[in-house]
Amino acid sequence: MTDLTRLTAAETAAKIASGETSAVEVAQAHLDRIAAIDEKVHAFLHVDTDGALAAARAVDDKRARGEKLGPLAGVPLALKDIFTTEGVPTTVGSKILEGWIPPYDATVTKRLKAAGIVILGKTNMDEFAMGSSTENSAYGPTSNPWDLTRIPGGSGGGSSAALASFQAPLAIGTDTGGSIRQPAAVTGTVGVKPTYGGVSRYGMVAFSSSLDQGGPCARTVLDAALLHEAIAGHDPLDSTSIDAPVPPVVEAARNGDVKGLRVGVVKEFAGEGYQAGVMQRFNESVELLRELGAEVVELSCPSFSYALAAYYLIAPSECSSNLARFDGLRYGLRTGDDGTRSAEEVTSLTREAGFGPEVKRRIMLGTYALSSGYYDAYYGSAQKVRTLITRDFERAFTDVDVLVSPTTPTTAFPIGERADDPMAMYLADLCTIPANLAGNAAMSLPCGLAPEDGLPVGLQIIAPALADDRLYRVGAAVEAAFTARWGHPLLEEAPTL
Amino acid sequence: MTVTEDLVSYEDALAAYDPVMGLEVHVELGTKTKMFCGCSTELGAPPNSQTCPTCLGLPGSLPVVNAVGVESAVKIGLALNCEIAEWCRFARKNYFYPDMPKNFQTSQYDEPIAFNGYLDVEVDGETFRVEIERAHMEEDTGKSTHIGGATGRIHGAQHSLLDYNRAGIPLIEIVTKPIVGAGAKAPEVAKAYVAELRELIKTLGVSEARMEMGQMRCDVNLSLRPIGEEKFGTRSETKNVNSLRSVERAVRFEIQRHAAVLSAGGKIVQETRHFHEEHGSTTSGRIKEEAEDYRYFPEPDLVPVAPPREWVEELRAGLPELPRVRRMRLQAEWGISDHEMQSVLNAGAIDSIVATIDAGAPADQARKWWMGELARRANESGTDLAAMPISAAQVARVCALVAEGTLNDKLARQVIEAVLLGEGDPDQVVEQRGLAIVSDDSALGAAVDDAIAANPAVADKVRDGKVAAAGALVGAVMKATRGQADAARARELILERLGVQG
Repeated sequence: MTDLTRLTAAETAAKIASGETSAVEVAQAHLDRIAAIDEKVHAFLHVDTDGALAAARAVDDKRARGEKLGPLAGVPLALKDIFTTEGVPTTVGSKILEGWIPPYDATVTKRLKAAGIVILGKTNMDEFAMGSSTENSAYGPTSNPWDLTRIPGGSGGGSSAALASFQAPLAIGTDTGGSIRQPAAVTGTVGVKPTYGGVSRYGMVAFSSSLDQGGPCARTVLDAALLHEAIAGHDPLDSTSIDAPVPPVVEAARNGDVKGLRVGVVKEFAGEGYQAGVMQRFNESVELLRELGAEVVELSCPSFSYALAAYYLIAPSECSSNLARFDGLRYGLRTGDDGTRSAEEVTSLTREAGFGPEVKRRIMLGTYALSSGYYDAYYGSAQKVRTLITRDFERAFTDVDVLVSPTTPTTAFPIGERADDPMAMYLADLCTIPANLAGNAAMSLPCGLAPEDGLPVGLQIIAPALADDRLYRVGAAVEAAFTARWGHPLLEEAPTL
Repeated sequence: MTVTEDLVSYEDALAAYDPVMGLEVHVELGTKTKMFCGCSTELGAPPNSQTCPTCLGLPGSLPVVNAVGVESAVKIGLALNCEIAEWCRFARKNYFYPDMPKNFQTSQYDEPIAFNGYLDVEVDGETFRVEIERAHMEEDTGKSTHIGGATGRIHGAQHSLLDYNRAGIPLIEIVTKPIVGAGAKAPEVAKAYVAELRELIKTLGVSEARMEMGQMRCDVNLSLRPIGEEKFGTRSETKNVNSLRSVERAVRFEIQRHAAVLSAGGKIVQETRHFHEEHGSTTSGRIKEEAEDYRYFPEPDLVPVAPPREWVEELRAGLPELPRVRRMRLQAEWGISDHEMQSVLNAGAIDSIVATIDAGAPADQARKWWMGELARRANESGTDLAAMPISAAQVARVCALVAEGTLNDKLARQVIEAVLLGEGDPDQVVEQRGLAIVSDDSALGAAVDDAIAANPAVADKVRDGKVAAAGALVGAVMKATRGQADAARARELILERLGVQG
């Protein structure tokens, strides 16, 4: 009998639709897998066994009634614990929301449910999506299935680890500075940050509103495209949601092709700090694109050098305001309310106990950057850099169709290595941040293992805003060529756990 | 509460100092739903029954701008002669307070939707132009009720109750430029401005602007500078001055208080102050040692508002006749003096008079009844004229009954009294109370005969040709009929009976 957890989402959906297996069987297989191995990985913060089985049963019933099933009906999914789920805990990886049961579903949650996708549970993450290793989770770190002593990336390390350890064929992440793409890169999975506004942010707990973007995570480009289509599209509840048709991502993923495509290699994404094996696999990817018929040019985006600095002013500024609501008065943690303390003292004690050090660091950075007298020098300058980066992209996209780079300068680093060095941690997002600042679409997909450590390397593809389909067309072509070259998908080489 | 402030007399204060004012008025818009979510704005609902994830600021929730709110803001801006921004954004005003769910208020900062306008107001027949700095959109906070403290404020309270029904209700904040040159009339100018603004808001139909319901709230900023000095003094900010009378009193009190401090060589502390209705005084609130830092930045959850020019022009063309223009038109139509018009305004009678005219009454008659009998009764009972339990149509009917001779003024007053007592429409009252003028000869004839019989001496005088003496007999007839007789007809009958030509 086939191991239902090793199938792609597309294969799983087909088997359920044909009656070869049932959604309940598929859900149960994944729940069993979670029960067997998640102790080692710690991808999930909450497993919703009853909810998952009920959702699966609903799909099976629907099929039994002869109703048409959606393209991902019955496929299990791991949902990042940043999306609200009615009746199911949502912690955002923070103690401050411990025990909070949201009274409403995020738009993404609603759309997943409407598509018949079976939500297995909520995945671990860096607290409030602040981090690149999932070590900042208040509930303990997640391990990389390739090497349990290493980080699975972050902030969406729970989602990427769930995929790489075959606990779920699909996952949802959010990407503020690389939190979908960097975890995908270091776990050998596929992750897409759609164009800003492509996927509704309603019900997605905000870190940095102008940068946050939910998106699909999967083990194949096609699966990511199917999931992308299920969650994307205009939402009247999110003012920043784009009111335009979803780009034809599934069609693109089914028709991988780079012939005649103009590909730009950004000079600034190389040099000091980039691991040799990462650059080697990246260069091979560029070579592969050329062999597949793409025209490769090197170009410069000079403002990208300032992207990290701008990001670490804008994101903390917005977070300092977004996180102000966590005051212990209305929901979540409340500390020190013994009847003798003022509301102000209780709020202060709650925040002291409820926020971790990285969250506090960013709230303080942001509060400072927005202060009168400093606003222009910090937040104001950062916004100008943001404009310059957008212009660099615009200029680049007049010459090329997509840009490529390594997704992250290094492979997965050991848990604990950068925990006390925020600057080193921040560098993990060096290549991913510019796309957030400009609102472009970007993807990370596996391009091999670094020779020196045998760990996955990610190739980043960046497309202009609203051209998300280009990512899938290029990604599918690269994926097919690499899989043919390797003789199997990269994840086959991961430990089975 | 005892007020220990030293004050100098108002006259002395104005002899030495020139007051500068700034008025900030918050108006709750009368939209059906809140500014950033679909919750109802209906007043009086049970606490927290009109809330949703967005107006409760739950994690993950997002705002969506209420288009009617924007339209109302543009209308207010246009009516205040403002420029309307071609492109503007919301901004977050960050500060902590338990009744503010997100711990920031979604407001506007350096890009208000309307700016650079003015509002002309009349004080003692003189026009005073109040310049408008800006009008911007924002959301209201929830409402706290602090239990157990002596002051009703959060400090010292045992616990507080929070009602978020009001959180997210659209507000327009209208800020004046510094109002200079009002001199001794500053309190009246402030009051006239708020009154005019209230009329304007009501006329636009964007809010009922009922100050007693908190739908319109005023903050009064005031400073004094020595006469002849250019530089403004340090200001105090008196918060939540919520009636027209209070606005006037707050300005007057602060002028006297500032003058006392400054004359004694002291310094005014920049602070917020609380206004106390019962004494007409203010007391120190929060001292602003340094300007509070709200860390404003553009609201990233909302897209910019860019009102199309054609739409703005459509709104401008569709504005109703504004209160001041209307007043000038009515005064001209009615042909009355400034003084008479002022009395009508002071009595709050203008809308009632217009409605009565619209219901068919001649202007002078409508004015006469509202400004006379009804104003007197409203005054006696301490009721607003507009709130008197009589409709414009009923007053118009009384006018008609007088005009057709069914009632005289005395009877009309009785009819009005009965209508006010809830006895029904004028016609019903006339019927039930039997108040119509008696002009029918047989009914009147008996009364005339009685009067002649009871006053033989007077009757003789009349017979002798002293026709003027007939007045006394008419009086007797009127008395006997309790005023219901048609006096002219009674006179005719008396003269006829006594064989005299009238």
